[in-house]
Amino acid sequence: MSLFELHYDVPGDDFTRAGEASGDVKAHLKKLGFDPSTVRNVVIALYEAEINMVIHAGGGEIAVSVDPDCIKMELTDHGPGIPDIELAMTEGYSTAPDNVRSLGFGAGMGLPNIKKYTDEMVIESTVGVGTTMKLRVDVKE
Amino acid sequence: MKVSEIKDILDAEIICGEEYLDREVFAACGSDMMSDVLAYVKEQAVLLSGLVNPQVVRTAEMMDMQCIVFVRGKTPDESIIDLAKDREIVLLSTKQPMFASCGMLYEKGLRGGAAIV
Repeated sequence: MSLFELHYDVPGDDFTRAGEASGDVKAHLKKLGFDPSTVRNVVIALYEAEINMVIHAGGGEIAVSVDPDCIKMELTDHGPGIPDIELAMTEGYSTAPDNVRSLGFGAGMGLPNIKKYTDEMVIESTVGVGTTMKLRVDVKE
Repeated sequence: MKVSEIKDILDAEIICGEEYLDREVFAACGSDMMSDVLAYVKEQAVLLSGLVNPQVVRTAEMMDMQCIVFVRGKTPDESIIDLAKDREIVLLSTKQPMFASCGMLYEKGLRGGAAIV
């Protein structure tokens, strides 16, 4: 049983709201007394994943489970799926449309950034069905 | 460097967060690409950007950044200002372009602090 669990429905039609869930998770983790470095690792990874969900998949769901020694996140969407996960993990590879780049994202840094800031990252994706991303950040102190 | 010094160096207008001008920042990052900011920046930094949308404030929020400077005289709309106020982030606007803004702060001793490893 986790110390704390959080659930969010991420709307897919409003880029301006992307990041609300990550901001809320940050506030909760700070309140629970997690160290700033752990909080930053969690929220940067989650924010990138939330942005991806809005850009590529028309929104989805986020579940966060908080334990004293690690924070686990599961992001589920019903978007187009990722045909080649290895290719998608390559820095600079992007399928985002130009209008997303003009908003400051879509440079092919999202998935590499998520990997960089997490201790475990597992992507399961089926084309035409959707993608589930499981992330874990260990508490370092 | 204090946020108030950044304001003076760039002759910037305070959009919100006047009560936080005494904050210290130790590094700066100039970018319109938020994923780059998320990848490389250390905390207690100031973000300079020509991009004006809520994700600039969200990015600063995730990175524990103290202050955002909008370059080229850009000013955010009310929804962006409200978000920054709520997250206690200082917003400044300077008429200087990005390159000149970064150079002026660098000249006064502020560094990037974000070597890529």
